[in-house]
Amino acid sequence: MTREDYSDVTYMLEIHHPLMARAAKPGQFVIVMSHREGERIPLTIADFDAERGTITLVIQAVGKTTLEMQQTCRAGTSLYGMAGPMGIPSNPGSAKKVICVGGGLGVAPVYPQARALKQNGAYVIGVLGFRNKDLIFWEEKFRAICDELIICTDDGSAGLKGFVTDGINQALENHKDVGEVVAIGPPVMMKASAEATRARGVKTMVSLNPIMVDGTGMCGGCRVKIGDEVKFACVDGPDFDGHKVDFDDLMIRLRRYKEEERVATERWSETCRMRMVDGKVVPLPE
Amino acid sequence: MIKKRTIRSIPQKRTPVRELDPKVRVTNFEEVNCGYTEPEAMLESERCLFCPDPKCIGGCPVSINIPAFIKKIGEKDFRGAYDVITATNLLPAVCGRVCPQENQCEGVCVVGENLEPVAIGRMERFVGDLAIANNWVNLPFIEPAKYRIGIVGSGPAGMACAADMAKAGCDVTVFEAFHLAGGVLRYGIPDFRLPNTVVDAEIEKLEQLGVRFECNTLVGRLFTIEQMIEELGFHAVFIGTGAGYPSMLGIPGDSLNGVLSANELLTRCNLMAARNFPDVDTPLPLGKHVVVVGAGNTAMDALRVCQRLGAEKVTCVYRRSKTECPARAEEVHHAEQEGIEFHWLTNPVEIIDDGAGSVAGMRCIRMELGEPDDSGRRRPLPVKGSEFEIETDQVVFAIGTNANPIIGQTSKLKLNKWGYLETNAELMTSIAGVFAGGDIVTGAATVIEAMGAGRKAARGMKAYLGLRDVGPVNDAATLFGIDLSEHNFNRIRA
Repeated sequence: MTREDYSDVTYMLEIHHPLMARAAKPGQFVIVMSHREGERIPLTIADFDAERGTITLVIQAVGKTTLEMQQTCRAGTSLYGMAGPMGIPSNPGSAKKVICVGGGLGVAPVYPQARALKQNGAYVIGVLGFRNKDLIFWEEKFRAICDELIICTDDGSAGLKGFVTDGINQALENHKDVGEVVAIGPPVMMKASAEATRARGVKTMVSLNPIMVDGTGMCGGCRVKIGDEVKFACVDGPDFDGHKVDFDDLMIRLRRYKEEERVATERWSETCRMRMVDGKVVPLPE
Repeated sequence: MIKKRTIRSIPQKRTPVRELDPKVRVTNFEEVNCGYTEPEAMLESERCLFCPDPKCIGGCPVSINIPAFIKKIGEKDFRGAYDVITATNLLPAVCGRVCPQENQCEGVCVVGENLEPVAIGRMERFVGDLAIANNWVNLPFIEPAKYRIGIVGSGPAGMACAADMAKAGCDVTVFEAFHLAGGVLRYGIPDFRLPNTVVDAEIEKLEQLGVRFECNTLVGRLFTIEQMIEELGFHAVFIGTGAGYPSMLGIPGDSLNGVLSANELLTRCNLMAARNFPDVDTPLPLGKHVVVVGAGNTAMDALRVCQRLGAEKVTCVYRRSKTECPARAEEVHHAEQEGIEFHWLTNPVEIIDDGAGSVAGMRCIRMELGEPDDSGRRRPLPVKGSEFEIETDQVVFAIGTNANPIIGQTSKLKLNKWGYLETNAELMTSIAGVFAGGDIVTGAATVIEAMGAGRKAARGMKAYLGLRDVGPVNDAATLFGIDLSEHNFNRIRA
């Protein structure tokens, strides 16, 4: 495993798993378990390289597991378990002109889709949204594969001031012939993106990341409402038609374990604060 | 010579088995049934009549020679009993605990026509536990056969097929998507019914046979079934991925927070050990009053898990009556002892929202039984105007599962209209050399039926590979069930 930090809370892990790097396709995810007593968390694959045999994950430290992984996942260490690639790969479709929208951490998983679309010969417009200039990552990576790139920041510290929806609207104004929009990011952002394109009738695919346990269709914890149907994001998705997704239901379901998450994070930061000593992770002294 | 036993001469009552006090056990996850002691097992063995035409063997999905192993117990030759059982059944400690014996061997036991049937399951478990304690393994002489076998799924079907193929000399690798092997034995059946230490012991036995387990491997997505045959060098593949894709009722409110499948509840509790949260990271918040919908073994497990996790009240809701309930008799009995409330002939119609996306209650309707349906059970029909509300803040669905779609999505294997794999009589799928068995073929069934399917597929696989199938060797003392001393006997009867 190698690692790079993009900000205080965002870090990238590159994991050596040649078989999975060979099998992975854009839009798929993995389930990671950092240690024996850990939870199984779904993470969308941000990049994969069959030649080097690596899977890239970009992670934001927001809860107990991701905070802990930020401390313990150092170059050269191993994860307790990583299973995948899971989910149905994205279908690049036949659209000639596509907008790829990434919000915050969603910038990472939209990258392989944008790259695949580019390789398919589509005209790719990238719209990336960050809270501020310091959180920007992978700008160069996107420039290399996008025909146009719009960066949006909430505070205007870089690029366009505003949300990704402003970027989407700008791109749709300039290009009337956009065939498809791919949007990945927090549910609020995907909901707003789907609303922005609904009036224009542009097909919009979103990648859902609800709470999961197994990732193999066995528990049903990740069920989402798509139109009139109930689907399991892990095996029927994770990509769905953004105009049919019930985002409000998704957001309510994502809050299911908020209290437990708080308990675990607090307990962890009180009792298990770690630091590095001679390359080993040890608890902080009292 | 032992005097011939008759229905009058044998002990009339079943030897009771010690169980943990219901009051104590609802506070922990220790095994409820403590199992027979040596004198208890020997006493119970005296109840077998050794019928000339034993019905019990036919009642067993893997045809264990039941009278033969009971005879060995009576002779205090427990190792001998173990040898008899393991000739056909790999996991006696598991099956003795989880088989629905009342519908199988014990259901057809001749003693059971007049008295309580012989407690075959308890004796089987006694032998299985003794084998684990003494580290008995039947390692046959294995002649290497130069074939590589891939098994997809490490549940009971996969384990049974793996064992048979390893015994036939093949190089066997079992792939499991979870981080621990065992399948439903690990994630589904709770510790108080089947301790994880028993599963560990049985897996270790397979490893001693040379079987390798590869966890964190999602076949279909990491590599496909076709790739296993064409690129990874497996000569034959067995698919035993189970039927896990839980059904939801499809009533209003079933996506509310606090509504979950029994699979999710049990996986969190058993595999992920969420009952120890926050010492482990997986949470399992529990309601004060939990309602479980369904009355199969999974439902009983879910009910009893919730009771142990500290729910104030746990209720079972089932649309048919107790007579039709598919759970093992012992499980229903244990659940009742532990204070679980049963609403028979009741069907949920709506789960009520508390306004913030969580469960506030459930509206149900009373049912009555009509004419028998396709399953032979009387069809439940709603009673008009009998709707009522149950106060609850968590609802668990244990109403069955559908076919898991992953193998179907990623291979060209032929599926039936319900999404289960289609096989021929030898359990071979539409791709030559690829076999399948267990829930992914039949839909949800029992552990022993899955094991039986795994063994049947192994027979088909051996025929396909041209390996001789030795099968269970006849007891040396008899041939065709006739005592050897009488085998060539032509004396004129006096």
